[in-house]
Formats: sequence, structure tokens, C-alpha cells
Amino acid sequence: MDTSDELLLDIQHLHTAFRVHDHFYDAVDDVSLTLHKNEILALVGESGSGKSTLATSIIGLHNPRNTKVTGDIMYNELNLVGLSEALFNRIRGNDIGMIFQDPLSALNPLMRIGDQIAETLVYHTKLSEKEREARVLELLDQVGIPDPPLTAHQYPHELSGGMRQRVMIAIAIACKPPIIIADEPTTALDVTIQAQILDLLEDIQKEIGSGILLITHDLGVVAETADTVAVMYSGQIVEQGTVYQVFENPLHPYTRSLLRSMPQADSDDEELHVIQGTVPSLVNMERSGDRFAPRIPWIPESAHEANPVLHEAEPGHLVRCTCYKTFYFPDEKPEAAAAGAAGNNVQNPSEGA
Amino acid sequence: MWKTILRRVILMIPQIIVLSLFVFILAKMMPGDPFTGLITPQTSPAQIARLRKEAGLDNPWYVQYVDWIGRALHGDFGMSYQMQRPVTSIIGERAINTLYLSILSVVLTYLIGIPLGVAAGRYEGTWIDTSIQFYNFISMSTPGFVVYMLAIALFGFALGWFPTSGSISVNASGVIGTIGSRIYHIILPSLLIAILGNASIVQYLRSGIVDNKLEDYVKTARSKGVPERVVFNRHILRNSLLPIAAFFGNVITGLLSGSVFAETIFAYPGMGKLFIDSVSGRDYSIMTALILLYGILTLLGNLLSDIIMSIVDPRIRID
Repeated sequence: MDTSDELLLDIQHLHTAFRVHDHFYDAVDDVSLTLHKNEILALVGESGSGKSTLATSIIGLHNPRNTKVTGDIMYNELNLVGLSEALFNRIRGNDIGMIFQDPLSALNPLMRIGDQIAETLVYHTKLSEKEREARVLELLDQVGIPDPPLTAHQYPHELSGGMRQRVMIAIAIACKPPIIIADEPTTALDVTIQAQILDLLEDIQKEIGSGILLITHDLGVVAETADTVAVMYSGQIVEQGTVYQVFENPLHPYTRSLLRSMPQADSDDEELHVIQGTVPSLVNMERSGDRFAPRIPWIPESAHEANPVLHEAEPGHLVRCTCYKTFYFPDEKPEAAAAGAAGNNVQNPSEGA
Repeated sequence: MWKTILRRVILMIPQIIVLSLFVFILAKMMPGDPFTGLITPQTSPAQIARLRKEAGLDNPWYVQYVDWIGRALHGDFGMSYQMQRPVTSIIGERAINTLYLSILSVVLTYLIGIPLGVAAGRYEGTWIDTSIQFYNFISMSTPGFVVYMLAIALFGFALGWFPTSGSISVNASGVIGTIGSRIYHIILPSLLIAILGNASIVQYLRSGIVDNKLEDYVKTARSKGVPERVVFNRHILRNSLLPIAAFFGNVITGLLSGSVFAETIFAYPGMGKLFIDSVSGRDYSIMTALILLYGILTLLGNLLSDIIMSIVDPRIRID
């Protein structure tokens, strides 16, 4: 990515709160992010960290009765927060394309593939029915469907998982949207198909120059495809930077724990690192202090900030809370860890054991 | 698809044979025979024995069964013990009456049930939904005959708006007069059947809509920028109508079997009333013919449901 690329999406202090028993709880808590043309921004985190909620806030798919979205999502001088449904319907599909996790449930079982792709075109273009049909075939071809005329007449259940996800991508890119949101696009697929779908996404991005918000919990996918990374925990961004910065020099304890939890091909006798505890639920979440602190109990409370904020550790590399400076894993010596925070990598589990 | 339908129809043959055997055994186990109604104190035992022999009642059971089946295939179910008329023609008359009543009640059931189901599902959790749920709760838990009798007392006798019994007025004449009189006689019972019997349609539709609203493909449709009205009609509603469509096969079965309670209480000469009368009057020949007919209708209804499902749901293909 080139930072001089045109700014597409400027999210500032976004809060998305869900109503639970007549109280609103922030699932996305003060998130600020930017997405540029030609950028692939990966949003990483465990289930329940708020990454999908952030995505659906951008595209305005929350039920307004149970959700409160505040803050700003600026797209071309237009604030998507609080936008009317009629206006939002002109943005959705046309300016923002969305790809969902499970392509089988994300396609209407009763509609032919061609009709489902054409539906986007109906509401955003002035194409005639003939032209729409031609465009559908063109799109199917673009996403690598071997026999577009056949597939256009098929139903979702007649296709394989990988083919369905290609159809989903065709739907998302039908109007060449500047922004594509891909919510775990490869999670429901075989590993071999995953690689194909990611390649396809990258190709399409190069072709139409979109900015892609890639939501995933798969760090391998991030390393392979993303330009920039934002790590989310409990609704907040805890670390943010370029892929190079975050993978080469992970700072936040959560990022380091995630990287340490990845299986390594070169170590076969090691037990996988497990992050203690679970992501707190929306209602039970502790909202003061470092939200990740309960999962690294060996770190003294004094190491955390009372109200952790994002610090710029190096240009463009943000990290929340100062605890990263003294963080160490229980099987490491604190001195070594302090050195680790300064720059050496902690991804190699054999080092600590 | 035609091949599959043919295969299914052929597969129904053994089922019908088993059913007919049950019906035959049932009939044999019952006391009395076709001559019970003919016997008078003057009839001599020798005469009865001769009649029985002529009718083949002394033959082994399997010969009798084959004879019975052979006649049934020609539409001959024997004579009604009580009415001394061919069973087939009695059932024929009643079937027409029931058909009129059933068609109107089915149409009314869907006309009332579908809008209520759509409203309850669409406005889930609001007072609209709560009122419809409450109405269904009442309609499900109130026995039909109570409402029928109250309605006859109120609209039939007290207000005099509708006839209280029969299928046609005695002095109806002319084509329009006859049809008008028939419709006039079935309005009240079919309306009541529809008001009391729409709970399954309303509930199927409501829960289908409530479930489908949360489906991912609905999110996909919204993310395409499809207006909410179209999302509801094209995506949510169409998927929610599947169980209703499947249900329709059995509804058609019901067209001929009739409503036992409504017909009896409204003294409407239909199949339901005929069945009750034949049971209470021990008219076994009618009873067995009706049981056989209901059995075959149920099998056909199931087949029809499968065919309808395969037409409306592309995931189901019967070939």
C-alpha cells in the first residue's frame, strides 16, 4: 500500500452499543481506523472481540431498535453514521460490497445464482435486462467460474463451497465498489480453497483498486494478504500498524499471545501456547483498566495504565497500554522479556521453553 | 419428474392393498351382514342362508376379499345397510356437498391466515404480534363445537342472518337461485372453520418469517442495497412460504374428507356427517368405503405435498 493513496473510509471514535436488558453495552468501543484505496486492512481478533460488529456498523446492517452507533464513519464527505435507510441503500452494494463468512447461508436457496448477482445491478445501475445478463456472465468469469452460463442458472446448493464464495465475491464486486468488506471470507472453506479465494480477492483488488477490510482470526491469512493490521480485543483496538511492524515487532501482550498461539512448522515437540481465560461477554466486561489484564494475571497491576490509551511506539505503529514494556510470558525470564519488548521476536516458542 | 410421480403412484398400490386388507378384516369382524336390514320376522332361516350363499358370504375369506376388491375397483361398494341405496352414489352426493364447504373454508382459511402470519412475523414482538398470538391461543384452545353452537344460536336463531342446517333451501330454483342458496348455507360454517382453523398456517408463517429474518442471505440482500420492502417480499417471505406450500397437499386431502364437527352441528349433509352417521348407525358398508377412501386420499395428499415441495424448493428434486 502507498499511504498517499486516496482516503476511502475515515472511522473516528466509533462506538457500537447493543441493548441487553435495557442497557446499552459497547461492542465496539472508541475505534478509529482509516482505509485507503488499494489497501488491504486486516482486522484481527478472537470471536467476540467486536470485529464483525465493526464491519456491520460500516455497512449499516444493525437493527436500529437494539443498537446505538455513535462516532463518525466518513466516506467521501458523507457520514455513514445516522444515514437514512434510503441513502444507505444507494451506498450498500454500490460503494461498499460485503462478503460473508459462510457462502451457503449467505445465498438465498430459492434464487438462481444469476438472479442473485443481477439483483445488485438492478438497484444500482440503469442496465437493461440483457445488459445485466451479460454483466453477470462477465462477473462469473472474472471470479473464475468455469462455465458462467451454466452456473448463472444453478441454485446455491448445486455449487461447491469454493464456487459459492466466488459467487459471493461476484455479488460484492458487481458494481465495482471502492470499498469491500470481507468478513472471514475463508473461514468456512478448505485450506486449499482458502488460498484460491485469497488470491482471487487480491487479483480483484488490483483490478478495481478497492480498499479491502479483511476480517479474520487467521494470522496466516493476515501475514499473506494484508498491508495493515488492526488487532481488536474486547471492542478496542489494542495494536495497529503495518503488517511488517506488527509481525516483526509485536508489542501488545495480546498480539504476542496470538502469535505465540500459532502452530509453528519447525517445532514439533512443543505444546501450543494457550491464552488463559476467555473473551469477556458484552455484559460482564470490565470497562476500566486494561481489558486484557485478567488473561495475563502474572503481570502486576502496576504495569497497566488506569485508563489505557493508544501510544505511538514507532511511526504508524500504535499500541494500547504501557504494560507491553514490561510484559513477559510466564516461562520466560522478565529480563529477557523486557529485551523482547524492545525488538527481538517472541514468536519462537522454543526460545522460552 | 413424471417418471418419479408414476413410480410413486405404483408404490402406492401395495400400501392400498394393505389398507384394504385392514378395512376388510375390520368389516368381517363386525356383527351383521348386508341382509341384516332386509330381515323381518317373516324371513325364514333357509331364505337367509340362500341369500348369504348367493352373496358369496359362505366362501373362504380370501375369495370374499378378491370379490370385494374386484367390485370396489368397479366403483361398487355394495348397498348401505340403512339407506338401501348403493354406497357409491350416497358418497358421491355427500362428496359434492363437502367439496363446496371445504373449498370455501380453505380459501377463507388462507385469506385470513396468511395476512395474519405475515403481520405477526413482520411485526414480531409488537402489540400486533401479541394480539395475533393471543387470538391463535384462543382459537386453538376453544373446542370447535362450542363456537359452532354459539354461532348457530346467535346468527342463526337470534339474528336470523344464516340458515341453521342443511346444504340448500327447499324452495331454491333456477341456476342462480340454487348456487346462491348453496353458498348462503356454507358461509357461516366455512367462516367459522377458517377463523378457528388458521392457527397452524399463522404459526408456521410467523416462525418462518422470524427465523428467516436472521438468515445470512437476508443480510446479503440488505448489503446489496435492496430496499427493505423487497428484502421482505422476495427473500424473507418467499422462504417462509415453503412449509405452507408443503402443507397444501394435505389440505387438498381434507377437501373431500370434510369436517366432522362442523358438518354434524350444522346438520350439513357432507362426508364428515356421513361418517359420523355411519358409525352411530352401524352402517358398515359406508364406513369401510369411507375409511378406504380417506386412506387413499391421505396417500395422494402426501404425494401431492412432495410434488409441490419439489416445485417450490429447488433443493428438493424428486428424480
